[in-house]
Amino acid sequence: MGFLSSTVSMARYKVDGKFEGQILETVADGLKKNIISEIDGNPVEKTIGWTSFENPFKPGFKGSSFSIGTYLVFSMRIDRKVIPAKVIKKHIAIEAAKLLAVSGRSFFSKDEKAAIKDRVINALILRIPATPNVYDILWNYEDSEIWFFSSLKAANEEFETLFTKSFNLTPIRLFPYTMAELTAGLTHAQRDALSNISSTKFTK
Amino acid sequence: MLDISFAYSRYKFLGNEFLTWLWFIVENDRERLKKIEKDLVSLNIGNRIVLENKINDAVETITILGDDAGLEEGIMSLGKGAVVTEINLLYKSGDNEWRFTIKGESMNISNLKIPETAVVESSEDIEGMVLEKAYLYEKITNLIDNLFKEFIKLRVSGKWNESIVPEIRKWIYPEEK
Repeated sequence: MGFLSSTVSMARYKVDGKFEGQILETVADGLKKNIISEIDGNPVEKTIGWTSFENPFKPGFKGSSFSIGTYLVFSMRIDRKVIPAKVIKKHIAIEAAKLLAVSGRSFFSKDEKAAIKDRVINALILRIPATPNVYDILWNYEDSEIWFFSSLKAANEEFETLFTKSFNLTPIRLFPYTMAELTAGLTHAQRDALSNISSTKFTK
Repeated sequence: MLDISFAYSRYKFLGNEFLTWLWFIVENDRERLKKIEKDLVSLNIGNRIVLENKINDAVETITILGDDAGLEEGIMSLGKGAVVTEINLLYKSGDNEWRFTIKGESMNISNLKIPETAVVESSEDIEGMVLEKAYLYEKITNLIDNLFKEFIKLRVSGKWNESIVPEIRKWIYPEEK
C-alpha cells in the first residue's frame, strides 16, 4: 500500500537534527550512496536500499528529482529471495541421491548433509529471482517529519537503520510517549507530570 | 527524553487511554471536538473498534465490526475493565470524507482512505498528485496531533482524575448517573 494507493498505512517519525550543508545535495548524496543494487543472478539472499518513487524498479536520482514542493519523496526497496522449504528439500534429496550413487555409500554424516544443504541453497539462490517490496517515504524537511508508508514492524526497523546510515540523522518513531514529548508542546511542569503518571482505571 | 524502547513499553497505556477518551468525546462532547478541529463537520466511530481486557495473565480481545454495529457491547467491555486498542474513524470536513484506523500502542495509521483525487495520466501529473495527496493525508495527521495534544494536556493535569475520569465512568455506567 504505497503513497499513491487508494488506502494507505503509515508510521510517522520526527527527525532529530538538521543538515549543516546544502539540503538537496546532502540528501542526493545519501540516497545515491545507499541505492538498491540488483541481486538477481548473484549469490545474495537479501538487499535493501533507496530507489526512486516514480520508477522503483529503475533506481536512480537525477538532480533533485526526489524533491516535490516542500517534500522529499523517495522509496525504500527490500529485495529478498525466498526459496520454499519444499523446493529445498526436493533438491537436497536429488543431490544426495546423486552423490550416494557416485560414491557407492549408503548414508552421509551430519556435517556432509549440512554441506549438501548449503550447496543446494547457494545454487538455488543464484537461479531464483528476488521478490521486491517497495515502501514509499515522504519527508517534510522543514517540519522534520517523515511519513513511512507501511506499519510493518520489520520494514520500519530496516528504514530506521538505512535512514540513519544514509543521512547521519536519527528518525524518532512517533508513538504516544514521543508524541507527548516532541509534538504536543508540553511545558516543563507537564513533562514532569508525564514522567510520573500510571494507567487509569475506568472501572468502579 | 527516555530510551525509546523503554518508553514504548512504559507508556503503552497512554495510546489506549487516548482512544478510550476519544470514543467518549465523539459520543458525548461534540463541542469540544469543534473547538479542537475548526474545519470539522463530523467525527464518528467507523466500522471497527478493538478492545482489550487483561484478566490476570490472560488478554481478552473484543472486536466490534460493521458500519451499523451496536457499540453497547464495547461500552460493557469498558465497564469490565477493557480499554480501546484500535479504532476506525470517519472524519468529514467540508464536502470531503476520510476513513482511517488508529492503533493506540503505536499510533500507526492504517486503512487511511482519503477523498478522491485526480487520476494520474502522465509522469507530469505525478508532482501535482503527490502534493494533493500529501495535503489530504496531512489533514488526518493534523487532526490526530490536535486531538492528542488536547488529551495529553488533560491527562497530565489534575482535571483528569477530578472530572474527566468521573465523566467517562458516568458514560460507561449510565444507570448510576
